[in-house]
Amino acid sequence: MLDKTKDPVAERDFKVVGTRPVRPDGVDKVTGRARFGADISAPGMLVGKVKRSPHAHAKLVSIDTEKALALPGVKAVVTRDDFAENKKQCDVLRNIMAREKVLYDGHAVAAVAATSATVARKALKLIEVEYDVLPHVIDVDEAMKPGAPLLHDDMITKGVDPEPETASNIAQRYEFGHGDVEKGFAEADVVVERDFKTAAAHQGYIEPHACLASFTPDGQGELWCCTQGHYAIRGFCADLLGMDISKLRVTASEIGGGFGGKTTVFLEPLALALSRKTGRPVKMVMSREEVFRASGPTASTSSRVKVGATKDGKITAGEAEFRYQGGAFKGSPVQFGAMCAFACYALENVKTVGYDVVTNRPKQAAYRAPGAPMAAFAVESVIEELAVELSIDPVELRLINAAEEGDQSSFGPTFPRIGLVETLEATKAHEHFSAPLGPNQGRGIASGYWFNFGGATSVSLNIQPDGTVALAVGTPDIGGSRASMSLMAAEELGIAYEKVKAIVADTASLGYNEVSHGSRVTFASGLATIEAARNAKKILCARAAKMWEIPEEAVEWVDGHARPAGANAGDFEPMSLADIAKVAEQTGGPISGHQEHNASGAGASFATHMVDVEVDPETGRAHVVRYTAVQDAGKAIHPSYVEGQFQGGAAQGVGWALNEEYIYNDDGRLENPGFLDYRIPVCSDLPMLDTVIVEVPNPGHPYGVRGVGETGIVPPMAAIANAVSAAAGVRMTELPMSPPKLLKAINAKKANGSA
Amino acid sequence: MSQIHVSTTLNGDPVEYLCEPDETLLDVLRDRLGLTGSKEGCGSGDCGACSVTVDGRLVCSCLVLGAEAQDREIETIEGVAQGENLHPLQQKILDHAALQCGVCTPGFIVAAKALLERNPDPSETEVRYWLAGNLCRCTGYDKIVRAVMDAAQEMRGA
Repeated sequence: MLDKTKDPVAERDFKVVGTRPVRPDGVDKVTGRARFGADISAPGMLVGKVKRSPHAHAKLVSIDTEKALALPGVKAVVTRDDFAENKKQCDVLRNIMAREKVLYDGHAVAAVAATSATVARKALKLIEVEYDVLPHVIDVDEAMKPGAPLLHDDMITKGVDPEPETASNIAQRYEFGHGDVEKGFAEADVVVERDFKTAAAHQGYIEPHACLASFTPDGQGELWCCTQGHYAIRGFCADLLGMDISKLRVTASEIGGGFGGKTTVFLEPLALALSRKTGRPVKMVMSREEVFRASGPTASTSSRVKVGATKDGKITAGEAEFRYQGGAFKGSPVQFGAMCAFACYALENVKTVGYDVVTNRPKQAAYRAPGAPMAAFAVESVIEELAVELSIDPVELRLINAAEEGDQSSFGPTFPRIGLVETLEATKAHEHFSAPLGPNQGRGIASGYWFNFGGATSVSLNIQPDGTVALAVGTPDIGGSRASMSLMAAEELGIAYEKVKAIVADTASLGYNEVSHGSRVTFASGLATIEAARNAKKILCARAAKMWEIPEEAVEWVDGHARPAGANAGDFEPMSLADIAKVAEQTGGPISGHQEHNASGAGASFATHMVDVEVDPETGRAHVVRYTAVQDAGKAIHPSYVEGQFQGGAAQGVGWALNEEYIYNDDGRLENPGFLDYRIPVCSDLPMLDTVIVEVPNPGHPYGVRGVGETGIVPPMAAIANAVSAAAGVRMTELPMSPPKLLKAINAKKANGSA
Repeated sequence: MSQIHVSTTLNGDPVEYLCEPDETLLDVLRDRLGLTGSKEGCGSGDCGACSVTVDGRLVCSCLVLGAEAQDREIETIEGVAQGENLHPLQQKILDHAALQCGVCTPGFIVAAKALLERNPDPSETEVRYWLAGNLCRCTGYDKIVRAVMDAAQEMRGA
């Protein structure tokens, strides 16, 4: 357990941090007042709709908009001709609006603005598009084969020496590792090697993409949209529309889920282009079908993993090859997958290779710990099999090999203080670990890793005349972060949580902020909030010094008050933040603190999940009956929302493991673009989801915070596969483990057994 | 086609509107009446984010036509709190941190309220099956179920 004497962060007694108050935006969200992407209108607003390709792969021969434009109520149509070529955003440009070719079912080919949704829909039907249909490829392994239909004639694989002479669907090869895996396997007593496949899963946010764009004749634009990063949206849109960044002001609406999927542009540049053309505000909202067909799911993958160990459980070598298709453009998260695959283990010999592959599917978007869950599914399944072969408890096997502070990670850097061992110990100590199992039930365990990011962050903290605090952050709140920011500001200033209100400011009001991704918000915006509060405290102390007519250095901030730093400083009654704020006008004007920085030192977060699954041998249905998620949060600022992240990650993992998949027909069309056929877990599919918050402080944050948003989806698929394997006696190596697949495996085992 | 004139009762108040024959109740609420608390997550009755009650019956308003509201009593999320007083379900959702993004929350509250009006003492399983028509992608449902059970207990005691 933690040695607090070595750890100034863990020693600190928090007053506000660690409590569970109601979030600042809570009442708005339980009463229907909160305004999400589609909840806003403007006078004279037009409705925008997108015409999409029905083909997986085709040359775009011609687009005739004449009839559509002649329809009364239609105000404008935009196509590829309305967007200039853009070398910097070449792929983004081609993804928002097809140019030479359509590359997937659902690819945008035109957009229309009309006086009503009905007219816009009619207009879409009147746009005539001539296609020259080409052969397509959907599967990652098929796409890599010589002779596969080529998406991009100029795609020469990067990262290969010598450079290939011909184009392929492989955008890049990555390699990570150290040591000598051949030597390592030679030293092993047991070697397990397996192939795995995972299906593409969609982030499945309940709120479809939506925006309202307004462009004025003097070239100024305003955009309201649901996004994880309004500064990034501003950058993409300004670039694609050829305008100055400062002329486009983007306001992030409340966001109805993102999970990585709302980190890029889809509708936004189209709405702005339509608004520019018509001079009227244009609102665009995706249907659920469009969300599935045309926004980014995660990659589907294929992989091979090989791990060797000695009889006493020491892993001697780990090797893996990962092939991720990321849809129609380069940029699948295979690099992260290859980096995270063996991150849980301190290995002398490790090698991972990754291939970034393109196929005729929508361009993938980030999905919670992008790339890591698929790699963990493969590696942690093999670790489990190794544990069975070696007759070593799977937690013990992981403890024997677990990465700790000072170990070189499988992808290069040396780990600072990390908490994997603590999550494994907490798993072992949990009552669930030794609870009895029922008939047809099995227990699975798996661990997972995610880097966590920092990045560019700006925060402004304004002290109001009545002693309350308005805190402006620029990272959209995707899971309760305004509560965490308010808690950290209150803690640092020594005032009550209720005295602080955090908001998400628009792009004109703060300096640049990177997207709310990489589990960075509570860490990076939190760090900036604490620094901003410290800067404000300096000014508060200076004001007190001025009033007391003593040097600024003679004043310190303690428990929410300025007070003389010692007996020599003089005898003055301490002044509260409210006391100083009240007279700020007389002592030098308004008081605020701000901070702008590139946050570094984001501590990695490890998790270990434990799950009991019951398998119905007659139907092949796997049902999760008990779940415990253990994860290192560094320091939980608002424990309820930390638990919520663990639970949400686990639930999404259950869906990915058991049900969710993109299903394509022979023509390359998506067959299940709706929540009925793409089935995410519903309330009756899940049990309560237990959580254990482990707190191994991150040395890179004054309160010890580690991001927690993403790691929680890394272990579930492997944990569930391990549980299914234990329950049904069959090793499942393909996701999702849906009833037909599981039943087939069970029946095959029965047939083999009786033969 | 000409628009249809509809007279209905919305959150206790008489309301009149014109709507297209093929316009959903959800679109009428959001686009004509300005009540955007009901959300469109799917438009096909699979997600429950647009849950409202019609004469006390829980429905997806994306599957009801605006014209069908004639002479009915419609209740939406906007009618759940009474002035400054939140409904116990609303308060418990906040206390349990049973929301993350919050876009599904109005639908869950409307659906759970309909459950507790029929069954003031539901089991966890009954809560889970009643709410199985409401999708939440953020929370894994744990805290939502706890909040509903807690609200039910408080309402029984009151």
